Amino acid sequence: MAQLTFREAIARGIAQEMRRDESIVFLGEDIGAAGGVFKGTVGLLEEFGGVRVRDTPISEQAILGAAMGAAMTGLKPIAEIMFADFFAVCWDIVVNEIAKSRYMTNGQMTFPLVIRSGNGGGLRFGAQHSQSVENWAMMVPGLKVVVPSNALDVIGLMAAAIRDPDPVIFLEAKVLYSSKMDVPDGEIVDTLGSAKVLRQGSDATLVALGAMVPKAIAAADELAEMGIDCTVVDVRSLVPLDTTTLLREISATGRLFTVEENPRLCGWGGELASIVSEEIFYDLDGPIVRITTPHIPLPAADALEDMAIPSIERIVTTVSKSMNS
Amino acid sequence: MSTTTTVPNPTDLEGKLNLYRSQLALRLFEQRAYDLFLENLVKGTSHLSLGQEAIAAGFAAAMRPTDWTFATYRGHAHTLARGVPMTPVLAELLGRSNGLMAGKGGSMHLTSVEHGVMGSYAIIGAHLPIACGAAWSAQYRGTDQVAVCFFGDGSVNIGAFHEALNFAAIWKLPVVFVCENNLWMEYTRTSEVTAVANPAADRASAYGLESIIVDGNDADAVYEIAAAAIARAREGGGPSLIEATTYRHGGHSRADPGKYRPDAEVAEWLAKDPIPRYRARLLEKGATEEQLREIEELVAADVDLATEEAKAGGVPGEDLLMKDVWADGGSSWRN
Ligand SMILES: Cc1ncc(C[n+]2csc(CCOP(=O)(O)OP(=O)(O)O)c2C)c(N)n1
Repeated sequence: MAQLTFREAIARGIAQEMRRDESIVFLGEDIGAAGGVFKGTVGLLEEFGGVRVRDTPISEQAILGAAMGAAMTGLKPIAEIMFADFFAVCWDIVVNEIAKSRYMTNGQMTFPLVIRSGNGGGLRFGAQHSQSVENWAMMVPGLKVVVPSNALDVIGLMAAAIRDPDPVIFLEAKVLYSSKMDVPDGEIVDTLGSAKVLRQGSDATLVALGAMVPKAIAAADELAEMGIDCTVVDVRSLVPLDTTTLLREISATGRLFTVEENPRLCGWGGELASIVSEEIFYDLDGPIVRITTPHIPLPAADALEDMAIPSIERIVTTVSKSMNS
Repeated sequence: MSTTTTVPNPTDLEGKLNLYRSQLALRLFEQRAYDLFLENLVKGTSHLSLGQEAIAAGFAAAMRPTDWTFATYRGHAHTLARGVPMTPVLAELLGRSNGLMAGKGGSMHLTSVEHGVMGSYAIIGAHLPIACGAAWSAQYRGTDQVAVCFFGDGSVNIGAFHEALNFAAIWKLPVVFVCENNLWMEYTRTSEVTAVANPAADRASAYGLESIIVDGNDADAVYEIAAAAIARAREGGGPSLIEATTYRHGGHSRADPGKYRPDAEVAEWLAKDPIPRYRARLLEKGATEEQLREIEELVAADVDLATEEAKAGGVPGEDLLMKDVWADGGSSWRN
């Protein structure tokens, strides 16, 4: 057992897999000598050398194109896109090339690759370095989308993503990089498509993702003091989506609150709300409520950014108001 | 099953006869594809390589079976030239279940991994970085495979071209980039919207590469340049960028009669048609009229057979629809 930060967990997860499988290679901007702009890849160059851990030019299309070409010819690349906002400059490679090619070729090709990226706000970086893009990725057929919320899950889900034969978008909430927890020694491998129930309650179910998970837990603690007993589910994986766990936990309390960092429209909670209304409508005791970032670009100033992203306080007031109305 | 069009090295007369056969097969296939559009049997769009056959045939002749082709939506010729049989290619155009991808890809996405045809890509420039990735994989695994990536003259002004060229150069990747300069994008002349006269060759120096222009309507010249660039890549000498000048005989795609092109220009290039030109050369080099006729008859029969077989193919079944989004063969996104 050792205390590990979220950022250290990234390097540990990648290293665990690279030791096991020579076909895993890692490329991206500043990932090698510099250890990553968020220091998430420290030590990998030293351990695995410059042939397997390669710094690239600032060429996001080349990075992801190279990952795709390598994946279709037998390697298992991990590519880093420094900030998830930058997906916009290489989205063609992700959406049109990587995601579609297996289907278009009638299964002739597979793309065992992972694209990891620093996602979301909270660091006062302004609109072009802060967006939560999980909803961009979720809407693309052919992509798996994983968003861990703590160091342990980072290692296990990273290992699962690398071992998965399909392309996985692995989004790391930047605001969580310095969060810490105790992590067991030895190999850790998790399962994609499994949500985790973090807290069991009887009145309402809060479903959260990534950086919103610790906030949902803290909000649930406060709500408990107010007499509202909440279940908290960490979605962890948007595709595949663990609807079995989600529907069971939502049915059990009869109330669903989603806590989402993505801007409002077409956020993942909208899809979940639609599944819930189609499949367990008669188990609901009240309206589904989505707690999201409003439909705006994120502002830079700390005061403004804090107003935009769902806060513990906003979760508490939204849930308590709705439960008491 | 119709015969394949792959050819051995065209350094002697027999090889050259094969190269003639290969070019002719591409020509007659494309003409048949066009006829089938007119019969409304080919749906959607399609981009023919009529007039550009020498490039596909010349390069394929210089490649090993383990090398990789990356093509654009104008990819019928590149696919066939690597030895993919005509029937599945034509059936793919017809949307039949015996198509190369059982109808799931269509004319613009022909792929046959088995033959090293690693996809045809319809987003301009996108496949250049992907070819870099295949080349990187060959370099990493220490195989001596080479990736050859074909694209049009209009593709040199998109970012992916420049990202890929720089990337290939700094990592010394075994990749050969081939710009088929047919002078036109869709309806606009490339020179009207390009800062340099030779769209690819004039960019080469920006990536520390040699500026290479070859007559893309001369299969022997193409073969020679291709063999040199591929050998260089194979030996660790890094990438090359080759500009092959050529002309498309028809419009950009099925819907385009190509009327925007001056008659004199079309006439000039029809006179440089690579196939009659190659035929004449073969006669000079000692081939007999009889030998050539025999090849022509065989190829025509191949195309007829492929047409029959493709037309006889079934309609793809509903079972294909939800198949192969994921490596497990399925498409499920939830449990
Ligand atoms: C990114 C992108 N922009 C535009 C198009 C539409 N488009 C398809 S082909 C084409 C012309 C390409 O010309 P060129 O690269 O010279 O190739 P050619 O068709 O002559 O082989 C255009 C503009 C596209 N497919 N992708």
